Amino acid sequence: MNNRAESQIPVIGVITDVRIDTPDVKTFRVVTPDGKKAFEHKPGQCAMLSIPGVGEAMFSITSSPTNTEFMEFSIKKCGCVTEWLHQAEVGQQITIRGPYGNPFPVDSEFAGKDLLFIAGGIGLAPLRSVINYCRHYRDRYGKIDIVYGSRSMDDLVDYQEIINEWCKDEGINVHLTIDREQEGWDGHVGFVPTYVKELNFSTDKTAIICGPPIMIKFTLEGLCELGFQKTQIYTTMELKMKCGIGKCGRCNIGSKYVCKDGPVFRCDELEELPDEY
Amino acid sequence: MRKCSLSTLDTLFQTLSEHATLYLPVDGEKGAEYKKWEQGVAMSNALNTVRSAKDFFFPQTENMMEFKTEGKQIEVIDTRSEHEDFILFGVRACDVKSFDILDRVFLSEPYDSFYANRREHGVIVSLACTRPSETCFCGTFGIDATAPEGDVTCWKTETDLYFQANTEKGKSLLASIEGVTEKADDKEVKKQQEQTKEILNKLPLADLKADNFGSGKTSEYFDDPKWAELSQSCLGCGTCTFVCPTCQCYDIKDFNTGNGVIRFRCWDSCMYSDFTKMAHGNSRLSQLERFRQRFMHKLVYYPTNNDGLFSCVGCGRCLSKCPISMNIVKVMKALGGNEDE
Repeated sequence: MNNRAESQIPVIGVITDVRIDTPDVKTFRVVTPDGKKAFEHKPGQCAMLSIPGVGEAMFSITSSPTNTEFMEFSIKKCGCVTEWLHQAEVGQQITIRGPYGNPFPVDSEFAGKDLLFIAGGIGLAPLRSVINYCRHYRDRYGKIDIVYGSRSMDDLVDYQEIINEWCKDEGINVHLTIDREQEGWDGHVGFVPTYVKELNFSTDKTAIICGPPIMIKFTLEGLCELGFQKTQIYTTMELKMKCGIGKCGRCNIGSKYVCKDGPVFRCDELEELPDEY
Repeated sequence: MRKCSLSTLDTLFQTLSEHATLYLPVDGEKGAEYKKWEQGVAMSNALNTVRSAKDFFFPQTENMMEFKTEGKQIEVIDTRSEHEDFILFGVRACDVKSFDILDRVFLSEPYDSFYANRREHGVIVSLACTRPSETCFCGTFGIDATAPEGDVTCWKTETDLYFQANTEKGKSLLASIEGVTEKADDKEVKKQQEQTKEILNKLPLADLKADNFGSGKTSEYFDDPKWAELSQSCLGCGTCTFVCPTCQCYDIKDFNTGNGVIRFRCWDSCMYSDFTKMAHGNSRLSQLERFRQRFMHKLVYYPTNNDGLFSCVGCGRCLSKCPISMNIVKVMKALGGNEDE
């Protein structure tokens, strides 16, 4: 037997709850077989989930570290591993390893600031961890604005939590939008980047963006037009990953490894990297 | 410094192999390859092996763990075991340097236990070059082919093999062969080094400089229009990656044995089209982007993260193996300003 530590060898996780969020997003609750969290993490960090024989993939940890009982992963069905997970039932075991990557600077740069979260579609998954962390330590942060949009009403992830909890919190403004008019929706209609510009936020906020690359690109441009500096804007990236520890080479962009040096980047740091994401 | 006569090489190898499993370059049909030494096996006189010595620490395929599944249950089986002690004999200066480059990847935190295990159990005995070839350019990266690193350095003259220990591991290895070696001065070694240096200075790539590349030069080279022409004929075959002593990208895959699942890793190449392919897209769609990634990594990205150290050792394998004769030397010459004459 080899006594060396090895972070590429996972532990067992048990799926204890499956919540259907949207037609293609489910949220999985995961604990170890003895009912504990597999490991502690910080908001924005990721974990490698796998089903032996099917594959392994990197997912952002959706639950807040302040949740002491379990971890949650909101996962969109779009590949081999995710398709397999979507047909998994409660009680199914998977493997889990992590945490990987750098978290959002919730205890340093974010402290005392007004925060502006901007998410599109499944892009809310990594931000939910940060939002709930900030809600837990509410007095450490200023005003919180959340702009969240999706294709349709049915594609809004965590809709119940947003309506029943976030919207009711004092000092939190939630701005929801969907891409096209829909029966039963009396909220805002339009794309996220345009909505962000319409809302004309004051530029003293720290912005955190996550969503499809095209949404991130236009939102970033919109914020800069409003007068935001790139040093005030954070995002989290996704690239193909295998090892999770900056060795296998897959997520290498410039001198950075997204799994190790990211996935969270400040936009001025991102700008220094070659445009390959 | 110690030495033994070439006529007693078999006795030396016999003694070494009693200490640990001994691997050395042996001539084969397709050129020299590292083989396990046993009575009757002769060390190759070839300048270098076809495949680099990285296989010993980062093999082409390696099992990482196993899983048993039953219904909804999974069992993770840690299949790692302590590697046997081994001696890697006759490693050239370029390949020895590649271990330093690989160490900085695999032994940086969080370290890779698979690599660390092999590295801890291996003793490197290097061999100084005497007949460098026209594809050699280790000097470009500050490597001295006449004084290779390693736990023990060897020099082979017409009549003798000279040894010098560089590390504790090396000292203990030399102690184990004290009975078959004798004390020696470095006169013959110095003479050989002078002669080899004269050849090195006359090599066609002796003037190749890497000074224009290195840490923090991403924006200088990334958008260079020459990448298009350089990568135009690249087949994306990955041969350069596989023969390269410093390429260390890998894939992790599962293999269903019918009686469980083996998770293994294997060499991969950033030159392959599916290297960065995800369920929702691919960040490097063209061969130009993939070609650029490989050379930018060796000449700019790696040095940026490793105090300016380049991720190329000038072994020249890619120069002789690339089916379209494209290689890092041509890339350096084209991008670095001094066009090929």
